[in-house]
Amino acid sequence: MTRWAMVADLRRCVGCQTCTAACKHANGTPPGVQWRRVLDMETGHYPDVRRAFVPVGCMHCDAPPCRDVCPSTATRKRADGIVTIDYDLCIGCSYCAVACPYQARHKTDRASFAYGGGPSPAEAARFDEGRLAVATKCTFCVDRIDAGLEKGLTPGIDPEATPACVTSCIAGALHFGDVEDPASNVSRLLAENRHFRMHEELGTGPGFYYLWD
Amino acid sequence: MDRIAPWLQTNWDHRAAGNFIGGGTGSGLAIFAAASELAGGNPPRAAYVLAALFIVAGLSLVWLEIGRPWRFLHVFFNPQTSWMTREALIAPPLLIALAAAAWHGGAALAAVAALLALAFVYCQARMLRGSMGIPAWREPLIVPLALATGLAEGAGVLLALAIVAGAAPSRFVLILALLSLVARWIAWAAYCRHLARRGAPTATRQALQAIDLQVLVLGTIAPIALIAAALGFADYAGPIALAAGVLGLAAGWLIKDTILTRAAFNQGFAVPHLARLGAVGSDSSTRPGWS
Repeated sequence: MTRWAMVADLRRCVGCQTCTAACKHANGTPPGVQWRRVLDMETGHYPDVRRAFVPVGCMHCDAPPCRDVCPSTATRKRADGIVTIDYDLCIGCSYCAVACPYQARHKTDRASFAYGGGPSPAEAARFDEGRLAVATKCTFCVDRIDAGLEKGLTPGIDPEATPACVTSCIAGALHFGDVEDPASNVSRLLAENRHFRMHEELGTGPGFYYLWD
Repeated sequence: MDRIAPWLQTNWDHRAAGNFIGGGTGSGLAIFAAASELAGGNPPRAAYVLAALFIVAGLSLVWLEIGRPWRFLHVFFNPQTSWMTREALIAPPLLIALAAAAWHGGAALAAVAALLALAFVYCQARMLRGSMGIPAWREPLIVPLALATGLAEGAGVLLALAIVAGAAPSRFVLILALLSLVARWIAWAAYCRHLARRGAPTATRQALQAIDLQVLVLGTIAPIALIAAALGFADYAGPIALAAGVLGLAAGWLIKDTILTRAAFNQGFAVPHLARLGAVGSDSSTRPGWS
């Protein structure tokens, strides 16, 4: 059984936001909506101060609270662990958004574009009216994964079959793969490094791991 | 600046709060009117009509808030796990039962309406409990609080209705109203205490603390004192009960509006271990905005 997951190496992330930009380009999200964000977290007091760059987004949880609350069944979880939204079913009630402890869901009621009233050619090519007034979020670039698998490619290894954020990462901080396969890239990383998942105490079983030591 | 510490959710606004206010008040009113009728009283039939209007008003506000209102039938698709679907499924038979109780009268119809109303307000309470992203809502004691305040609000409306209908409320209704106010205070205090013990965003606790005194004095002690006075001075029971009802109702609406809009800070982000990028010292973590 396959379980797609993402791994972020906090020792490598430099907070350049290239993954954020790549996600926006690949998915055509409107201004203000970032399916992949990188938090800039500072802790401590001078002179003992630390800074961490923490990529966040939909965690594609094992037990996604967004799916359980969804009244329309628009939110579903695939057998490979990817949590999806059917934009044709979603009623835009935002119940999933308040159920998500990772603030990963967005709803945009009106079309908006980065440079004023009209869309740029890239935005026009990716604009989808079906995504207005409904919930949206990171899909792990599921279309790239599915298309890549059909071609016999390996997500996480072959860039064409890998989420755009991972492919674009300049520091090699983001990784993607099958955590159920003990020989996969992500399984090896998790076996060799100490890691955590965010808000693990809530029992959602996030499919997003952070390496820290 | 990145949002890291919990921030106020804006997905559900006053319209959503209106659903919980209307649904709770309407359900509480239906339950108390039925209880009065089952106890041999003669509550005004308008109570059932008003209960239905409260519930319809609440649901209408939600309909105005959803992004794709013409897909509203999709709300019925997930009774397996969604309390929103369950709420929606109970609403039609509840409204029919309320209409029947108002039109036909009788204890049996009133009892059916009351049971459905109880189920409806329970669904609303579980909807909040299921909102894992909002610590103030997912707190388990939100369920008894939502039930208790719904009953207290319904009692408040029933007390006010009595004088509108030209009669003083019965001792039975006055005692039920008094008990509902006590129950709400217990539920409110337990909810706040439990939330503080389990941990909540600092801003959530501040928002709840900001209304604590009003809930205690104006929403609990004052209406209880007024109800006690109404029980002692039967000649003035009507106007005194009206004042008690309005205070009890207003406090319930204040509690819900606060929890739904002003205390609804999300989970924020937290990192239990920070990477050691050449730093000297022990492992550290960060969870901004929590206390």
